[in-house]
Amino acid sequence: MQTLSPQRLTELRLKANDVRQGIIRSLEAAKSGHSAGSLDMADVFAVLYGYVMRHEPANPEMPERDRLLLSCGHIAPVRYSAMANFGYFPVEELLTLRKFGSRLQGHPERVRLPALESTSGPLGEGLAQGVGMALAAKMDGKSWRVYVVTSDAEHQCGLHWEAVMTAGKFALDNLTCIIDRNFIQIDGSTEDVMPLEPLGEKYRAFNWDVIECDGNDVASLVAAFDAAKRVAGRPQVIVANTVPGKGVSYMEGDYTWHGKPPNREQAEVALRELQTDRERILADV
Amino acid sequence: MSSAREGAGGREMHLVDYRNAAAIEQVPTRNGFGEGLIEAGTRDANVIAICADLAESTRMEGFKKAHPAQYIEIGVAEQLLVAMAAGLASAGKIPFIASYAMFNPGRSWEQVRTTMALNETNVKIAGAHAGVSVGPDGATHQAIEDIAIMRVIPHMAVVVPCDSVQTKKATLAVAERWGPAYLRFGREKSAVVTTEATPFEIGKAQTFREGRDVAVVACGILVYNALVAAEEVAREDGIECAVVNNHTIKPMDEAAIVGAARACGAVVTVEEHQRHGGMGSRVAEILAQRHPVPIEFVGVDDQFGQSGDPVELIEFYGMGTASIKEAIRRAHARKAGVSGADPDPRSARDSARDPFAEGS
Repeated sequence: MQTLSPQRLTELRLKANDVRQGIIRSLEAAKSGHSAGSLDMADVFAVLYGYVMRHEPANPEMPERDRLLLSCGHIAPVRYSAMANFGYFPVEELLTLRKFGSRLQGHPERVRLPALESTSGPLGEGLAQGVGMALAAKMDGKSWRVYVVTSDAEHQCGLHWEAVMTAGKFALDNLTCIIDRNFIQIDGSTEDVMPLEPLGEKYRAFNWDVIECDGNDVASLVAAFDAAKRVAGRPQVIVANTVPGKGVSYMEGDYTWHGKPPNREQAEVALRELQTDRERILADV
Repeated sequence: MSSAREGAGGREMHLVDYRNAAAIEQVPTRNGFGEGLIEAGTRDANVIAICADLAESTRMEGFKKAHPAQYIEIGVAEQLLVAMAAGLASAGKIPFIASYAMFNPGRSWEQVRTTMALNETNVKIAGAHAGVSVGPDGATHQAIEDIAIMRVIPHMAVVVPCDSVQTKKATLAVAERWGPAYLRFGREKSAVVTTEATPFEIGKAQTFREGRDVAVVACGILVYNALVAAEEVAREDGIECAVVNNHTIKPMDEAAIVGAARACGAVVTVEEHQRHGGMGSRVAEILAQRHPVPIEFVGVDDQFGQSGDPVELIEFYGMGTASIKEAIRRAHARKAGVSGADPDPRSARDSARDPFAEGS
């Protein structure tokens, strides 16, 4: 089901491309940080900020805003780059990533940058906080929704499943969990380290609605989020199948890029590739 | 109610006559928590209670009946208890989260640090059944490290009220004070020494008995033992102790601690907790810098508890009246420079040794 015009989809693809370029620049400047997951979630964040969520960058604490939590805080560069590219702060500030005094901490800190909604990095904790927020909205009769972005590997944490069970109990249909299903973690493939499959079946068993999509395809994501909003009486999980390092040829599919940044030369190659991508997106219109 | 020995501070405290054992009522501190929580929920509809399958024993049961729409049951999931509460607090709620102190905050330390303290959320941890006085349940359920692990976390208030009446006041005070907090209380009936008229303020220690020889700084249900010990050493040895109810471990009333040390020249700390890292350690940190005096520590001697009768366990692990008196005499002798008066060697001993070794 197509809900967006080709022009709007192109705009979102261009935003995702901007977000990726911001990730590369900030990681290169920081000289440390997580590349693969950040890049592969650029499309998800572009769609969330550009299409799905009710939010006002100029008024980040608007009470009726939808809440977006990044549970896997190590991919903060994608969140920061998306926020900058959607007007929360100047794009130049991305170059302060991980530096002393910056609001853009190595892992997100809400107190320094309230629009982050939560402080994260220790894995498996985001959905539990999202459940608390979604429950508060229900208790107060509010219409705002909660989105929690998670990594696949943090599904190895017990606390995450405590939260999954609880969201099922309270039928939190105002809660959507997004899984960055890229199959990689620090020590290798998720299925070798500690198998997660069948992941969707696990959620179904906890009374969730399960939606699968191509997490690197804007149209597929738009359809997935639309479907999630239509679900009543159950929380929804979007299993976003992604390619780690998406958009940079030498990083794609290589788990060794989980926790390292590109150096100057690698960043230049990456930015050239992303610029070519950008021209391709524009030519497709 | 007052006596020659009970000075101005004592009178202002409006205490029960703790010297008359027959006049002392015995009520579990957890009851005070239950009553305070109901009232907090009445005063502010944003006060909510989240329970991890222990509504009756943590005394959240009454709140559940009084404010059903403000009550959430999540089952046996103590890590979730904290992180979910942080989410609710982010959306404007004031969650009290209850379980046994051993699990809450014992099991959830990193969630407490990240989602409550670093994230500056207005969550209140209610740690029930703290101390060895939980008794027959044994060591697995006896939280005696909780004060230590909470007080090292920035922004965290740590409050250990002395009886059920004070626990009610502390619950209300914690609800009204913005910020993450840990409130600790016990299971068993314990002596009620304060009254409705006794003041309570977070961060303000209270002098329950005046004295110039040794300052006994106590918290929790052992404040009563400290008072009894003070009366006995006055009678038996002529040592007059000040007894300070140091209910707020963090932020601690430094002025009161330094003042007591300066006035008395020797200090005994008393807590139902490991000697290492607890209230007494904080007192020592303050006095080491600001007014060094001999200090003796009454608490658990770097070991785990076991099953038993609560009173029997308090005695066995060195926190009974006799042990407090011994510590007072030792502190007094050290202050006077009596030859052979050394610090209690148990305080200086670590148990990081082979537990199966012969004679250990």
